[in-house]
Amino acid sequence: MVRFVLRRLLAGVFLAWVVVTGMFFFLALTGADPARGAVGLYATDDQLAAKRAQLGLDRPLLEQYWDWLSHAVRGDLGTSSAQNTDVLELLVTRLPVTVSLAIGAVLVAAIIGATLGLIAAIRPGAIDRILQIVMVLGFGLPNFWIAMILALLFAVRLGWFPATGYIPFLDSPVGWLSSIVLPVIALSIGSIAAIAQQLRTSVITVSSQDYVRTLRSRGLPARQILLTNVLRNAAPPALTMLSLQFIAAMSGAAIVERVFGLSGIGSVAINASGNSDIPVIMGVLLFTVLLIVTVNLVIDIAYSALNPKVRAA
Amino acid sequence: MSIPDPGSIAVDNAAPVTLRRLRRFVRNPLGVVAASILVIVALGALFAPLLAPHDPNLIVLSQTLLGPSWEHPFGTDASGRDVLSRLLYGGRVSLEAGVIMIVTAMAVGIPFGLLAGYYAKWIDGISSWVANLLMSLPEILIIVVVITTLGSGLAPTMITLGLLASPDLFRLTRSVVVNVRSELYVDAARVSGLKDGRIIFRHVLSVVVGPVLVRASFVFGLAIIVQSGLEFLGFGDATRPSWGGMLSEAFQTFYRAPELVFAPGAAIALTVMSLVVLGAAIADALGTDRMTAPRSRGARRARKAAAIVAAPAASAPAVSDPAVPANTPGGAPSNALLSVEGLRVAYPAGDGEEKVVLEGATLHVDRGEVLGVVGESGSGKSQLAFGILGLLPVEAVVSAERVVLDGESVLGRSERFLEGLRGTKIAYVPQEPMSNLDPSFTIGAQLMRPMRHNLGISRGEARNRALALLARVGIPDPPRTMRAYPHELSGGMAQRVLIAGAVSCDPELLIADEPTTALDVTVQAGVLSLLRELQQERDMGMILVTHDLGVVADICDRVAVLRSGRIVETKPVAELFAAPEHPYTRELLASTLDDAPTRAERARTGTAS
Repeated sequence: MVRFVLRRLLAGVFLAWVVVTGMFFFLALTGADPARGAVGLYATDDQLAAKRAQLGLDRPLLEQYWDWLSHAVRGDLGTSSAQNTDVLELLVTRLPVTVSLAIGAVLVAAIIGATLGLIAAIRPGAIDRILQIVMVLGFGLPNFWIAMILALLFAVRLGWFPATGYIPFLDSPVGWLSSIVLPVIALSIGSIAAIAQQLRTSVITVSSQDYVRTLRSRGLPARQILLTNVLRNAAPPALTMLSLQFIAAMSGAAIVERVFGLSGIGSVAINASGNSDIPVIMGVLLFTVLLIVTVNLVIDIAYSALNPKVRAA
Repeated sequence: MSIPDPGSIAVDNAAPVTLRRLRRFVRNPLGVVAASILVIVALGALFAPLLAPHDPNLIVLSQTLLGPSWEHPFGTDASGRDVLSRLLYGGRVSLEAGVIMIVTAMAVGIPFGLLAGYYAKWIDGISSWVANLLMSLPEILIIVVVITTLGSGLAPTMITLGLLASPDLFRLTRSVVVNVRSELYVDAARVSGLKDGRIIFRHVLSVVVGPVLVRASFVFGLAIIVQSGLEFLGFGDATRPSWGGMLSEAFQTFYRAPELVFAPGAAIALTVMSLVVLGAAIADALGTDRMTAPRSRGARRARKAAAIVAAPAASAPAVSDPAVPANTPGGAPSNALLSVEGLRVAYPAGDGEEKVVLEGATLHVDRGEVLGVVGESGSGKSQLAFGILGLLPVEAVVSAERVVLDGESVLGRSERFLEGLRGTKIAYVPQEPMSNLDPSFTIGAQLMRPMRHNLGISRGEARNRALALLARVGIPDPPRTMRAYPHELSGGMAQRVLIAGAVSCDPELLIADEPTTALDVTVQAGVLSLLRELQQERDMGMILVTHDLGVVADICDRVAVLRSGRIVETKPVAELFAAPEHPYTRELLASTLDDAPTRAERARTGTAS
């Protein structure tokens, strides 16, 4: 088990390295110029050159890359080229917003989606049909549009939740919860449908397996078999779907943030993009990819706990 | 923003029957509605210059935020622009975005899928790794990176998104190729003159078209969603009206004029949902069934019926088909352990028809007796076994005149009552050992759970019993086997474990469904004699379903011969071998006796004792 986790961890770190390296060189080679972004369009050539020297952009590309990577490994993500703020500090204040939304959405989707999927699998008929409709709706409605409608109904008209703004958990846990409820619902609807659909399919598949019939022949109640044997064997594909949903939720959060006036990683990335602020962009990427790798690792471990064959391999 | 797992779409290998599929598609009302909506959207976008009542970018500051009118059917936005005109033109951006993304995803995903599936090895390894990498990227952030240097034009963003979506088509194509290849290799030897590659690519292309169309409709929908999201974030061409851009502008005045978000939102939602529904309709028409179990009301009723052992189905008359079973053995003795009369099993075959797999089956088993049920495959042997156990699939329609187990009628009893019988009164040994053990639980857990449930014993006691049982069925190292998972056992060992499980709660009747068929010839005899020993030791009744008359001769006391769902003859084994009455029995015996006359000879003397 330890070896399995270590191997997965290494694979994840390698993946993160490939992504950030690829993006670093992509940005540099396609001509992103943080110096121009910092000094503005009307600066003189001298000012530009001075800024380039200050940011170290006049050095060879490989040296810049090594400089960034070796600092990043030690937790130093450098300074924003546009605002002179520390990138790590910026991310540490903004990231919790996005992560709250994404993790909240995935948890909600896992719980509600799994319940709905299970019910749809064992109770064909109305619930199943409704789920199919929700599935299509969840895919077809843009989450930021759902977010706007939710904001209008529950924040503006009913006043149940704040329409905008993020309250840090440490300031007020209740405030934090109410500030993320609507965005989390908006983000989770599509994921609920996707997870329910996946679990429904795999529960139906597993239920028709020979060993389920054999377990029934032993006198075990159908419900017990469903909740232990069927669910456990049906869970792995749903877990894979869950990790895809987390990635989607990270992207979705960046958009939905705007509706609720939450300044998370999405707004950081958009501002940085406008200023060609490479240190910030790289920092956002690194953090996000590491987060995804971590979530995937957790899901992989859960997967292997459920599936003895994976563990042994 | 997710698309369902490509793996959940089965691959259709049938030859193209375009016309029938087209007819099936047209008969699906949802699919037709979806297709019509898409045609309207496409035509609206294409002919926007002709259809739009106004210039979509014409700003009239005196006419902002107007409601619907003849002049402006959908009203005007915060800058006084005509909403309908902007919607029509906006469709162009969405359609362009979809086309660019889907073309990119196909151009990358399909060729690599073909290569990876065909050459396997390192090409497969590398491209699968890259596919996984692409799938773990947060699309919006990657787009932000691309926009930083290449600008927020439609082409760079949608090409990037196409790349990010290509793993979907890659995996689909790859799995199709792998399937086709493994099928074709069987026949490859016979096909001379043609190279594998050419065959595979020809077959693959004909097979892959359908599933790719289905996926493409999803990816197209995804393109529209993500593109509108980017516009909403402000990444877009402000000079071109687009649905996402309209939403973004509407959001600026959202709290003053929230109704402006409805038209573009509905345009996106309707188009994307139509794409999804169209994809599903294409899938249905192609017969690529998406793992849907029978969902009709009839099937539900059937499920209820099947849940009850041999109970009259709700839809069937209480008294089953009056056709008298051939060769009724003059009624079962009243002290029989199990007696079944007139068991009928049928399956709905579509169009209200039924396919009858078992008709008027009548048999009885005494304590300590082994009843063989023989017949060729498809004769209904397993249906008989599961019918008695009450474990037929939900769609089965089951009825019977009488089912009595140990003096108690079980006809029409509740599922809870039957659960109480299974394991303790009646138990089952399956045919295929590997697929009958739950792969996710240890052998020990699988053995102990029924004992604890049925006998109400403690964990430790169940453990001791399980160890003793494993030792009894000839497992060399019981404690180790308790900790093992099914995939760590051999077929013969797995079957012994299943036998141990079947007898663990001291049943009085054992139903063994071809218990040795799936095993190596070398272990068959051992498993069979184990069954016989246990049966004698515990004085159990046993129904042994088999197609092997040699097995029958070895261990059965009486035999019932089954043919096309009917019991044609029931006799003590020696009598049957000596004087078969029914022509089919004679045929069956003749074919076996030719092969093994000595074995039958031995049986005649052996079972007479």
